[in-house]
Amino acid sequence: MTVRVQRDDFDPGAELDALLAGRKDIGGVVSFVGLVRDFSDARNVGALTLEHYPGMTEKALAAIEAEALSRFDIQASLIVHRHGRMEPGERIVLVITASAHRGEAFRASEFLIDWLKTRAPFWKSEDTPDGPQWVEARAVDDAATERWS
Amino acid sequence: MKLLYFAWVRERTGVHEETWSLPEGVTTVRGLIGALSGRGPGFAHAFADLKQIRTAVNQETAKLDDPVSDADEVAFFPPMTGG
Repeated sequence: MTVRVQRDDFDPGAELDALLAGRKDIGGVVSFVGLVRDFSDARNVGALTLEHYPGMTEKALAAIEAEALSRFDIQASLIVHRHGRMEPGERIVLVITASAHRGEAFRASEFLIDWLKTRAPFWKSEDTPDGPQWVEARAVDDAATERWS
Repeated sequence: MKLLYFAWVRERTGVHEETWSLPEGVTTVRGLIGALSGRGPGFAHAFADLKQIRTAVNQETAKLDDPVSDADEVAFFPPMTGG
């Protein structure tokens, strides 16, 4: 059960291998990778910059992971979330969940990414043709968080 | 107390991090926001719409009526957009 916040990119395959090294109790692993798109609503996006709250971010991610552990029967998990400036196509976030059986891993993965959207102190700013624009929180993300409560 | 501002709250106030003395009589997040709003047009603009403001006290999500003290770290920011 690990949480990391970093500026650098990550290697999803290497992270997955490291998480599972030596494990014989895992029957299924789900990995989710969030990427920077080159579009958003009605505008082109040149790059994305993620600001965060050092200290609180790590605590919030650990709390979200602990919540997932209490709700789902998962045996291993990892959250890696980047901050700083990223170009379209770059990886932003990695969520890995591993369980004896796939169902719990799928559900825990979806729960984690839903909660990350609205409960981890990150703020996205997009470079657009009109200059940098803060990304507004989306009602659909709030709804996705709420469906787990 | 330590105050932190993020994203457009930081841009509007023009401050990322500062040490400030909690004014006498202010005991809640809401009261603190009221006091900060009086510091100038940038602060007033940042806190004009409380529905768009989220807060954390000592790095835990807080509500407007939660208590604050002069020993606290309080942060102000827009709704989070992680993931």
